[in-house]
Amino acid sequence: MSLPNPADEGITFDTFMEGVWRQNPVFVMVLGMCPVMAVTVSAINGISMGIATTFVLTCSCFLVSLLRKLVPKEVRIATYIVIIATFVTLVDYLIQAGSLALYEALGAFIQLIVVNCIILGRAEAHASRNPPLKAVVNALGMGLGFTIGLFALGGTREILGAGKLFGISLFGEHFQPWVVMVLPPGGFFVLGGWLLLFALFRGKAAEGGHTHGA
Amino acid sequence: MGHESLSQIFIGTLLTNNFVLAMFLGLCPFLGVSGRLSTAVPMGAATTFVMLVASLCAYALNLLLSYFNLEFLRLISYIVVIASAVQLVEMVMKKYSPALFRALGIFLPLITTNCAVLAVALFQTAREYNFSQSLVFALGGGAGFTLALVLMASLRERLQLANVPVLVQGTALSLILAGLLSLTFMGFAGLGGGE
Repeated sequence: MSLPNPADEGITFDTFMEGVWRQNPVFVMVLGMCPVMAVTVSAINGISMGIATTFVLTCSCFLVSLLRKLVPKEVRIATYIVIIATFVTLVDYLIQAGSLALYEALGAFIQLIVVNCIILGRAEAHASRNPPLKAVVNALGMGLGFTIGLFALGGTREILGAGKLFGISLFGEHFQPWVVMVLPPGGFFVLGGWLLLFALFRGKAAEGGHTHGA
Repeated sequence: MGHESLSQIFIGTLLTNNFVLAMFLGLCPFLGVSGRLSTAVPMGAATTFVMLVASLCAYALNLLLSYFNLEFLRLISYIVVIASAVQLVEMVMKKYSPALFRALGIFLPLITTNCAVLAVALFQTAREYNFSQSLVFALGGGAGFTLALVLMASLRERLQLANVPVLVQGTALSLILAGLLSLTFMGFAGLGGGE
């Protein structure tokens, strides 16, 4: 592993923060939506899924970045997919061994991490063009951003749909749960709501800092 | 779970447990390609075809892998099969309908990473469906995906003429629409008697 030479821009704080804020996978790029919606019925599910995805993302990006000069261009996507699938199989067995309850809660969506567009997208757009260390830092940031997004969604749905957060009751026993929020339609509504919130913020930011808004 | 009748499986995947609206599978193309009806239908058809091929191959592969006790290779082999099937569809479409090929753009190779396709292969294995059940499951899933895509595209085409606040335009609007559609589909719960 060579240190990034000054010619290509080295690892900056922005390499990490890109995924957390500016290019947040959930709120800005709206990628990898399937697991986002399906497992976020509670905050803890969201976080576990986020961590599993981060692990796969980081390992795959590291390997893709190491192999970036060896893999012929024509078969790169297939190679990436196989790399990703390997790590997902690993995570699948790890979670199954670690916590059966979690394994059942996340269900098929652990294996479906393979087809999470974020991972393939980052492998193709970032890891295949950057040295390993930088790719890993960026992947960690992306993973953190994804986890935050999942937590925000899962937390909101758990609070609204069950009146709890991390299984702790928040509003006392007279709270009437808004059941639809933990059902499928709630996933769409809550994410829609969050996107509205973000659009509002960015609208404000663009007005305040005039030409700087993206 | 291997004893459901074929019609139960079909109705179940088409309406009650619609892949997109009830199980959140294949959301990326659902949000990405549902802008126009004319691309939604071929996209649905292409996905259904890939699903059928994937289901067939997954069934055969699963037999082979269980025979050799290689279950841990399941995920990897499924994804490779799906990737090749997509490549095939892409080549056929490029040859016979270049205009459509361009309209679908990046979303065509992305069928590979459409979770709905992999989910068909994974679920039919997990539920121990036999050969005909697997095929019907894939067909129902594909039809359900197409149905959701067509409904969504029609709604969005209508909304282009509506006066929507600037803030809501874009993905947020699509998501709220999808939420309403999903609510509607909950009305099908219990249909098919499989639950």
